[in-house]
Amino acid sequence: MKTNSPSVALFIPCYVDQFYPQVGIATLELLEKLGCQVTYPSGQTCCGQPLANAGYARDTVGTARHFIETFNDYDYVVCPSGSCTLHVKEHFPTIAGLEKEQEALEHKIYELIEFITDVLKIEKLEGKFPHRVGFHSSCHGQRGLHLSSGSELNQPPYNKARKLLENLAGLEWVELSRTDECCGFGGTFAVTEEALSIQMGKDRLADHLEHKTEILTGGDMSCIMHLQGIATRSKQELKFLHLAEILNQALS
Amino acid sequence: MTHPENAAEFLKDSQKSKWHDETLWFVRDKRDKVSKGIPEWEQLRELASGIKDNVLANLANYLEEFERNTTKNGIIVHWAADSEEHNRLVLEILQQQNCTAVVKSKSILTEECHLNPYLEKHGVEVVDTDLGERIVQFLNQPPSHIVLPAIHLKKGEISELFHEKLHTEKGNEDPAYLTQAARVHLREKFFAAKVAITGVNFGIAETGEFVVCTNEGNADMGVHLAQVHIACMGIEKILPRRKDLGVFLRLLARSATGQPITNYNSHFRSPSTGKEIHIILVDNGRTAQLAREKFRNSLKCIRCGACMNTCPIYRRSGGFSYNSTVPGPIGSILSPGLDLKKHSSLPFASTLCGSCTDVCPVKINIHEQLYEWRQEVTKTQGEFAKGLSMKLANGIFKSPLAYKISGSLMRNAVKSLPNSLIYHPLNTWGKNRNLPDPPKESFQQWYRKNRS
Amino acid sequence: MSSREKILSAIRSLTLEPKALPDIPHFSNSGDLVERFTQSISGNKGEVMTKSEFEEWFSTSGFSKVISLSDHFSKLATLSLPEDPHDLETLEVAILDGQFGVAENGAIWLEDSQLGLRALPFATEHLVIVLDRNRLEDTMHQGYDKIAAAHSGFGLFLAGPSKTADIEQSLVIGAQGAKSLRVVLI
Repeated sequence: MKTNSPSVALFIPCYVDQFYPQVGIATLELLEKLGCQVTYPSGQTCCGQPLANAGYARDTVGTARHFIETFNDYDYVVCPSGSCTLHVKEHFPTIAGLEKEQEALEHKIYELIEFITDVLKIEKLEGKFPHRVGFHSSCHGQRGLHLSSGSELNQPPYNKARKLLENLAGLEWVELSRTDECCGFGGTFAVTEEALSIQMGKDRLADHLEHKTEILTGGDMSCIMHLQGIATRSKQELKFLHLAEILNQALS
Repeated sequence: MTHPENAAEFLKDSQKSKWHDETLWFVRDKRDKVSKGIPEWEQLRELASGIKDNVLANLANYLEEFERNTTKNGIIVHWAADSEEHNRLVLEILQQQNCTAVVKSKSILTEECHLNPYLEKHGVEVVDTDLGERIVQFLNQPPSHIVLPAIHLKKGEISELFHEKLHTEKGNEDPAYLTQAARVHLREKFFAAKVAITGVNFGIAETGEFVVCTNEGNADMGVHLAQVHIACMGIEKILPRRKDLGVFLRLLARSATGQPITNYNSHFRSPSTGKEIHIILVDNGRTAQLAREKFRNSLKCIRCGACMNTCPIYRRSGGFSYNSTVPGPIGSILSPGLDLKKHSSLPFASTLCGSCTDVCPVKINIHEQLYEWRQEVTKTQGEFAKGLSMKLANGIFKSPLAYKISGSLMRNAVKSLPNSLIYHPLNTWGKNRNLPDPPKESFQQWYRKNRS
Repeated sequence: MSSREKILSAIRSLTLEPKALPDIPHFSNSGDLVERFTQSISGNKGEVMTKSEFEEWFSTSGFSKVISLSDHFSKLATLSLPEDPHDLETLEVAILDGQFGVAENGAIWLEDSQLGLRALPFATEHLVIVLDRNRLEDTMHQGYDKIAAAHSGFGLFLAGPSKTADIEQSLVIGAQGAKSLRVVLI
């Protein structure tokens, strides 16, 4: 950290910008409450993941170049999405002439929660949030960025989001039957494999309902958008919030 | 049919697909528990991966060493460049023995080569002796899972089948009763067969022996009673040293079914006096896969099936939805190498969740290879329209202004149009899901008003 | 070109990055070997018993077709080893000596010299393996250390009776091979 108050560039994924501005606002306010100097670089667009995952990574060169240039001048880039963060870190095409900047970006971009726990080194947050909260572990956050331990691996259990939430007064953590099964969003998978995508989402929701989740949260709005879309269609009594919204509310 | 069409069909029987999901999840859960009982589990995976990497980097040398030692041990070695040659070699050995009925234990390789229909066409009766394989063989189906071949069937269906084929009591669905009937039937076949065919789990270069693992003991029942044993082995099944088996046998059954080891792990080094063992070393696309740098390490696979049991797609779409000898995540990275056109939908039958990679005992980066295959598929098999819309999207995302315009267009479209009229992807999205309520302004707009 | 040449030259034509063969470190687990071995066998649906427990079971079982290759129980044999394995079709009990067992999974090592006929432990209806309780190894690694230089035409890690779960994942003991495994620890 170069100063006491780190200079942070906010990267708000395209679908959050367009559909969930409140998540962007919560991320910004939360980081400010935690003492960061936050800027939202204008002109930012998308990381290109939808194209790349659909098999057109070669067509994302322009998008990636624009991204690297937009975020080049900041100490940190923080994003309220594990999936987009992982894409920037691991799936950007190599951009000729910007190799150094690209490598620097891969090391300075963080998903919001890991930025709080690993860079700001915040062990626990004081606040209250008196609700039963069910956590949806996004696959790219967990298996890609290792934000929590995977049920597949023989490793000591940990969960960075849980560490922050658990300390909030009144918050009850919901234990699920399948702690880290995919929700079935999967980007274009949601439409190309619609039937499977819906079934996977329904199964995740059933697990939360069975364990009396009141508010379903997670670090990736894409998973939440999918789950919320199914829950709303079937008129299920579940509320959905991004982790940033919970933490920002709890700290106010 | 493509994978999405097959999957949608499988999901129509919601009770059965739920059972399929839960049963395979149970197997994965057993695997989790037993693997967590081994403190060095992750180290073993790392070792297994490292040993296989070394094998693939020195495959030609190891194959020659293996051939030299097997030959010294009195085993007859054959080489097959493709499935046709493999099948022809098997038939020739059977003809030399005047054998018209053969017993075969589980071998995914012989499924891959479509050996059964070939032999049947040439007048040889083939009896698959693994219980699950015998069941699907009676139905003229391929296995739907590489370890649990009949996992797509309920006991009622098997009871009916056995009533017809083995004259068991009508309506008796007791698995113990049905298994006993199969035992009687199969033992008759074992005691009559002159030649037995098996697959190979591991071939050891250093000793020239090979290892076959089963729980039922069917491979051994076949080969020890027969005069001739034909072992069909993919060239990637080599391990350098005997002691490497310690690593792999600790991983294999635990990963596959959650048991600490298969009950029978037979090491074949030389034939009994007066008998013959043949090994057929098969390429059939393996050297081509070895040449593909990004996909090379898929050849590390030891066919445990753990990636199928963990895959949220496989569990809910069934093995047949992949229309590929090896289904599931590993099949989706192996099969495109054999026929990209036929299997072009398989790399997309995944959310790239990565669970397959984390259960894989030899640490194949399966989900990353699915991603890489997608890039290959769109190069040669991409539908024109899909390519165009993606290019358009890239045009939007690299230009801030275009992005803003299209974003507000999209939000307004969502606001003003009924779901059925929204353009295609959103339309499919909305079949069973609502769209988020469109906000009055984007984050960018809010930021400009409030912070700059 | 023969297929052999074709395959080998296809591989040799590739530039493959060298990868070192890893050493296998020494792994060991804690806990009493007999206890762990017994648990493992019972998990594999076999049974560990003492000599007297076995003798009691055998005396009440009424089996008449018995082959014993174990010196410990040679008196129980009613048949001698046939020349042709096909004559094992109606064998009821086979009693064999095991070389050693592995505690972590119950696997018992047998070679041609213990088996007489390779088909014997599979074709028999019930299998009994006699094992010296001082010959238990910790893990498979120690097991393979033990047989590193051994040379037998056939060898086998046998860990339980023949079993299957191919019908709806219901476990059934006694698929095609032996219907039971008893391990007599002496």
